[in-house]
Amino acid sequence: MNIIEVNQSYIDINSLITWLYELPQDGAVVTFIGKVRSLENQVISLTLEHYPQMTEKVLRNIIHQARDRWSINRVALVHRVGKINVNESIVFVGVSSAHRSDAFAATEFIMDVLKNEAPFWKKEQTGNGENWVEAKQSDVNALKKWY
Amino acid sequence: MNKIYFFAQIRELLGIESLELMVEQMSIAQLLEQLSLRGDKWAFALKEKTVLCAVNHALVDYHHIIQHGDEIAFFPPVTGG
Repeated sequence: MNIIEVNQSYIDINSLITWLYELPQDGAVVTFIGKVRSLENQVISLTLEHYPQMTEKVLRNIIHQARDRWSINRVALVHRVGKINVNESIVFVGVSSAHRSDAFAATEFIMDVLKNEAPFWKKEQTGNGENWVEAKQSDVNALKKWY
Repeated sequence: MNKIYFFAQIRELLGIESLELMVEQMSIAQLLEQLSLRGDKWAFALKEKTVLCAVNHALVDYHHIIQHGDEIAFFPPVTGG
């Protein structure tokens, strides 16, 4: 079972974890939360834009690939769009499985592919105006370990 | 007809979100070339080799041939997560 959501509201982390926790046959739940950070208070907020018709298709495909590779049960993938303030969550990935190694690997895989393929774009609002966030080579490199 | 969408920096530089053109049987590379002839801001916004293209919501390379009714999108490398 999957939960896939893209919306403007806060991510309800507690209810997602409760849902991931429910299956008695699972011995592991792994979660990742990405949040807005600010070094020396430079970033005030982010605005996330996306390509709505494409986003859900890509997210669904990423989870499908993870299910092909590992034995995992519940997967929650929630991404916010619109304006997000410093220290608020941007993305939540949670995976349940019988044993921890599958859940750890699948969670990392989902994030690495999302970072490179899901059509989201971040714009930073700072004290000196706003600018689009540049894609990072480290995210491209992170993907290489899976293919 | 084909609907063409632009996102993020490219949308901002062009000042439009989408347009409709008859571009079937053209490659993505040819479409980029044609769009770049619309003026300086078009040439500037689409000049980067890192401009990504999706057709019908899946990433394609510049050799892809556009079909009737395909939805096309141009955007910079993604930065979500």
